[in-house]
Amino acid sequence: MSIISKLNKAFDSRVRLGIMSLLIVNDWLEYKYLKEKLELTDGNLASHINALEKLNYIIVKKAFVGKKTNTSYQITPLGRQAFEEHLQALEQIIKS
Amino acid sequence: MDKDKSIEQINEIRRLMEGSSKFLSLSGMSGVSAGIIASLSSLLAYFLLYTDTSFRLISCSGSAAEEFRLNLILLAVITLGLALLAGAFFTYKKVQKRKESLISRESIKLLSEIAVPLGTGGLVLAFLYYYGVFGLMAPLTLIFYGLALFTASKYTVNEIRYLALCEIVLGLCSLAFIGYGLLFWWIGFGLLHIIYGIFIHMKYDKNS
Repeated sequence: MSIISKLNKAFDSRVRLGIMSLLIVNDWLEYKYLKEKLELTDGNLASHINALEKLNYIIVKKAFVGKKTNTSYQITPLGRQAFEEHLQALEQIIKS
Repeated sequence: MDKDKSIEQINEIRRLMEGSSKFLSLSGMSGVSAGIIASLSSLLAYFLLYTDTSFRLISCSGSAAEEFRLNLILLAVITLGLALLAGAFFTYKKVQKRKESLISRESIKLLSEIAVPLGTGGLVLAFLYYYGVFGLMAPLTLIFYGLALFTASKYTVNEIRYLALCEIVLGLCSLAFIGYGLLFWWIGFGLLHIIYGIFIHMKYDKNS
C-alpha cells in the first residue's frame, strides 16, 4: 500500500480538515464558533458537517437556549483515530 | 499529494489547533509596561523602607506601624492595578490588530484557569498579613505568581513557561534569603517582565 492511499479522502477538503482540527483539541464546539474560526458561510459549513456526521466522525448535540437552537459538535473516537492516521500519513509524505 | 501540499495542510491544522486552544494576543509591551511600573514602585518602596527609621516599624505593633504597613499594602495594590491596566491596554491593541475579540472562548479559558492559583495566592497573602508574618509575603507573591503563569502557559504563548519557572525559583531563593524580599520582588516583577516583554515583542509583535 502506498503512502498516498493512507490519506483519508474525507479530509481532502480544507473545511473538513479544519473542523476536525478544531474538534480534536476542544470538547464540544458550537456551530457559530466553527463558522467564525473557519471563516465560512452557513451553507458551506453545514454540508461538510453532515458529511463528517455520516461517517460517524463527529456527533451533534442540539440544545435550546430560549427559542434559539444551539448546536454543538464533538469528535468521536473513530473520528479521532481517522484524523490521527491522516496526520501520520501527511508526516510520512513530508519525510519521504 | 505532494510534499508542499502536505506541509501546507499540517501548518493549517497546527494554526487552527493553537488558535482555538490558546489566547495568542498577549502583547510583549504588556510585559514591559508591567515591569517598568513594578520597578518604579519598588524604588518608592525602597525609599519608604530603608531611608529612615520607619524600617523598624514594619514588624512592630502600634498604630504608627499599622499605618505604615497599610501604606505599603496600598502601594502594592496601586502597582497591581496600574500594571493590569497597562497590560490590558496593550493586549487590547494587539487583539484589534489581529482582528480578534478580547472576550473570546480562549481568553475566558485562560483567565478562569489562572484564577485558581492567583485567588489561592491572594487569600494566603491576606492570612499572612492578618497573622503578622510580613517577611513571607514577598517570596510567596513570587511563588504564587509563578504558579499562575505556569498554568497560563498551556493556554497562551508557550514562552511564558520559562518566565513562570524563573519566578518560582526567585520566590524560593527569596525564602532562603528572607531579608531581601524587596530586591527579589523587583527582580521578579520588574526586571524579568521587562526582559520577557522585549523578547516576546521581538519575536511576535515586531513583524505582525
